[in-house]
Amino acid sequence: MDNKRKYVIPGDVITTGPYRPEQNVILEGNKIISTTIGISEIYDDSAKVISLTGKYLPKINDLVIGKVISHSSLSWELDINSCYVGFLPAQDVFGRDFSAHADELTSRLKSGDLVAARIANSDRTRDPLITIADRDLGKIDSGDLVEISPSKVPRLIGKKGTMIQTIENATDAIITIGQNGWVVVSCDNPEGLLKAKKAIQMVNEQAHVANLTDQVKDMLESKGES
Amino acid sequence: MGGRESTLVLLDENGIRCDGRKVDEPRRIMIKAGGLKNADGSAYIEFGDNKILVGVFGPRDVHPKHMSNTDTGILRVRYHMEPFSVGERKNPAPSRREIEISKVIKEALLPAVILDKFPRTAVDVFIEVLQADGGTRCAALAAASVALADAGIPMRDMVAACAAGKAADTIILDVNNEEDQAGQADMPVGYMPNLDKITLLQLDGVLSPEEFKKCVKVGVDGCKLVYELQKKALHEKYFQNGGDQ
Repeated sequence: MDNKRKYVIPGDVITTGPYRPEQNVILEGNKIISTTIGISEIYDDSAKVISLTGKYLPKINDLVIGKVISHSSLSWELDINSCYVGFLPAQDVFGRDFSAHADELTSRLKSGDLVAARIANSDRTRDPLITIADRDLGKIDSGDLVEISPSKVPRLIGKKGTMIQTIENATDAIITIGQNGWVVVSCDNPEGLLKAKKAIQMVNEQAHVANLTDQVKDMLESKGES
Repeated sequence: MGGRESTLVLLDENGIRCDGRKVDEPRRIMIKAGGLKNADGSAYIEFGDNKILVGVFGPRDVHPKHMSNTDTGILRVRYHMEPFSVGERKNPAPSRREIEISKVIKEALLPAVILDKFPRTAVDVFIEVLQADGGTRCAALAAASVALADAGIPMRDMVAACAAGKAADTIILDVNNEEDQAGQADMPVGYMPNLDKITLLQLDGVLSPEEFKKCVKVGVDGCKLVYELQKKALHEKYFQNGGDQ
């Protein structure tokens, strides 16, 4: 596995032959070419590049953290740290019997509020539709917002969530990670909050380092003793 | 043929040019990826005495709205020379030449970038020439391509650029300011090294068909040298182990 992984930049030929191009690669003739800076991975029949840069592109079913920018009489607009604004219809919050006359949108969400939401629909023709009608979704009442690079979100979660579990267990914090690179940390213990935020920043800055989970663990433990 | 009369010796009998280089030797080139915190991607290039800073934003909302395209993202490029970049103060307002260079750099980058994933958005490239010494459009194009990669804009290939030209009846690589002023021809070349495609080709001066072919070849060879440095710059920023910054 390891010998198949390579650091690539745009234009680098990852491999030639009958591979299916997946994310961040294109097929040019019979060459599989990387379109971004990242780490290439070749599987039995496909090739892909894990990007190390770039903005967040909404994908259906992603959990994101959004910030309310404005609202009309029927919907809210949310900043989701992307090139598009998230569109949250009022019906989603008030339910089916929503009436534009009777219900005041600002009674539920004001601009500046943070919301945990899911991308319900996203296509090329219009701004992504988001929903908060699900368990664990909705307005975030408490916690601190930490911004990291969206391309480093998978690293923060870690393999099968190991990284995030390590941080949560060591600090008793509750961490909500949006795929868009916004992370909300809430913790009753102020020291734990600071440590969790520091650990998240550490992952953001040193995402390329191997064995990062252990290093984060060390950092969290050493701080606890002193 | 062409060129201005001057006392400057562009090429001496040993084949050494006015700044001490050989005919096929480029100037000292240094490229650095990143560096600007507030831009989505950035690059800095020193190409001989040229010093150019590039910042990239995007994909982001298009303003004014009517410029947006529902099928694809758009690319906008602004090439700008600082008032202090040349000997005599340059008026900071965009000149005819700057508008032209913005246009050719944009067209040289367009074949490389893949913007159809981002409909209704714009990618903005801001090029600031801090110090100019001939061949700024090539240096700016090379730096812009690094900055675009740094911003994570999907690209088919990097665009490398280098000028070739003719001075003292000889085809030379990387024309500097003196050779541009007094020489016989100047040919900026933009090139995608992995796809083997030329994205920018201009010619100012007179060349015979044979000279033209040779000049393109020399320019492409120069681009390959520049490409290695672009590659190095990106590797330094992203893959240097322990390179925290």
